[in-house]
Amino acid sequence: MWMIETPAFVPFFIGALIATFTRGVLRNSLMIAVPIISALHLWMVPEGIHLQFAFLDYQLSPYRVDKLSLMFGYVFHIAAFIAIIYSLHVKDTVQQVSAMLYAGSGLGAVFAGDLLTLFVFWELLAFTSVFLIWARRTQRSYTAGMRYLIIQVLSGVILLVGALFYAAENGTLAFGYIGLDGIAGWLIFIAFGIKCAFPIAHNWLTDAYPEATVTGTVFLSAFTTKVAVYALARAYPGTELLVYIGATMTCFPIFFAVIENDLRRVLAYSLINQVGFMVVGIGIGTALAINGAVSHAFNDVIFKGLLFMSMGAVLHMTGRINGSDLGGLYKTMPKTTVLCIVGAASISAFPLFSGFVSKSMVMSAALEEGYDWIWLMLLFASAGVFHHAGIKIPYFAFFAHDSGLRASDPPKNMLLAMAIAAGLCITIGIYPAALYSLLPYNTGYNPYDATHVLAQTQLLFFSALAFVWLNLKGLYPPELRSTNLDFDWVYRRAMPKVFQKVFNTIWATDRIVRDKLTAKLNRSFTYLAGKNNRLSSLLSQNHPSGSMAMWVAVVLAIYLLLSFVK
Amino acid sequence: MKNEKKYLFDDPKNVKRVLHILYSCCALLLILDFVIHRHVIHSWENLWGFYPLYGFVGCVILVLVATWMRTFLMRDEGYYEKLGRNNSSGINKEKSTNKTTSNTGEHHVDD
Repeated sequence: MWMIETPAFVPFFIGALIATFTRGVLRNSLMIAVPIISALHLWMVPEGIHLQFAFLDYQLSPYRVDKLSLMFGYVFHIAAFIAIIYSLHVKDTVQQVSAMLYAGSGLGAVFAGDLLTLFVFWELLAFTSVFLIWARRTQRSYTAGMRYLIIQVLSGVILLVGALFYAAENGTLAFGYIGLDGIAGWLIFIAFGIKCAFPIAHNWLTDAYPEATVTGTVFLSAFTTKVAVYALARAYPGTELLVYIGATMTCFPIFFAVIENDLRRVLAYSLINQVGFMVVGIGIGTALAINGAVSHAFNDVIFKGLLFMSMGAVLHMTGRINGSDLGGLYKTMPKTTVLCIVGAASISAFPLFSGFVSKSMVMSAALEEGYDWIWLMLLFASAGVFHHAGIKIPYFAFFAHDSGLRASDPPKNMLLAMAIAAGLCITIGIYPAALYSLLPYNTGYNPYDATHVLAQTQLLFFSALAFVWLNLKGLYPPELRSTNLDFDWVYRRAMPKVFQKVFNTIWATDRIVRDKLTAKLNRSFTYLAGKNNRLSSLLSQNHPSGSMAMWVAVVLAIYLLLSFVK
Repeated sequence: MKNEKKYLFDDPKNVKRVLHILYSCCALLLILDFVIHRHVIHSWENLWGFYPLYGFVGCVILVLVATWMRTFLMRDEGYYEKLGRNNSSGINKEKSTNKTTSNTGEHHVDD
């Protein structure tokens, strides 16, 4: 039946086409319809490979459906639906079209059954999403988008090379478990790692996401990193290296988040932190850990989207996003405040909110498998994420000192989108069984036992107490207008400087050498001419040809004169 | 909680009230440690007040370290933009010096 064979990205690409040619209410209703229809379609598709053809010597399967890819497929539909509602007020065709294409590419990537298809959608993710950054139409967003694009395309190229090596090593392009042996394994691992914002390769995210448009960031936060998480879960489950990489990812961004002023950049750092939990889960690789990683990805798409939406609402209504400029907005934006707090509670993993039911799985798995130090790091990161995303974001935007801004709540469509996301956060938190039934493994895990709830609540409340205490003591770092150096300093400042120096030196030396050579050449010419001069003084006087011509003219003139005289 | 009344926290009493609720919650949670029998996986969890202490100390260290990081990581807001401007002016300068050299009669193929 052709309906089943229609891959999930097709409706979105058709939606992009529709968005190009329609306007107004028609476009809005069609764009809302796309994720709904596509999700209903996906709901009915059974597991299995639904589309397959031979390409050269390889079997390509662009549409493979199993539990793992379905999980991401569902959440991408939810994310697209919410983000489309959130951006209904936007009248910018570039953004609408690229957002649809971007969501479609994300779906294409998670249902890709072979590495070549994965590569195609991997690159499409980069090329379609960069327009959401450029659509801000500022110089900053342009350069940030450029850096973003270069890094993303680089990741794609490495993936392609890795895929070619993989095909040569194994004679197949099928996308399954790869593991870290052989060049192909490492290359593909690096490609996934770049998109997954591994440490050192993480700055494209903190650089570009805060520069994107209000609605663009909501789309961006949902797809790219989660596709990478999916790819890692598919190809590298149980790779121990991932445990350490993931633990680093959970810890280092929270330090930057505490001192960052741009609140959307704070969220970008906390996005890396959350992805870190997923990476640890994949690295541990037990059924419980993989379940935890996947369900945390599912929840993160929703609550991180909610937080980005609430900060987007603040930016949209006030035109500011720096913590130093904001404060006291709860007075006039009460709905946004409440919705933001729901998102903050979810990301902080408060019991009864969505983060709790998924993050605790990863933590439990780390303990069960004997990763004691990793578990301590995760615990620290949990406290830290509450500190910067759970408290700092709502506190500095909506409370803190009164900035005097009196912006009202955002347009209805934005509020509705946030309300849907908040509703999902709470629903999943209260009734996790719905989420668990979708998971790849059945582990019979129950997050709501007394030990767990008590431990997490204690951790969070005493983190809040620390915040209050530091604030009262005046030890909490104030929000300052600033840029904080991160690893991107290397390629934004150090490398350009070094290259400039090197090339300046090269050019200077080149000039000196050439000056010397010309001087030498001149001298040898003069020497040769002089020598010639002395050899035959009549024939080759040091006269220019001009004087020769003049003398000929003089002779002819005399000849003419003589003819008159005659 | 926040949207019952407008301008809720303009009254310092209300802020105090919230803080007192937080303090009493913390105290309650500490007491619950005795009441609830916990089944633990790791021996550290057995220590009394492990989670509260870890949360509190962890956050204080986090903030203090982050504040210290500011001393060597913080630059002014237009830090990277400034580089761009310096860069282009540097190139201009070089071009102008090139021109002056060519005006003074040096002959270069690429001038």
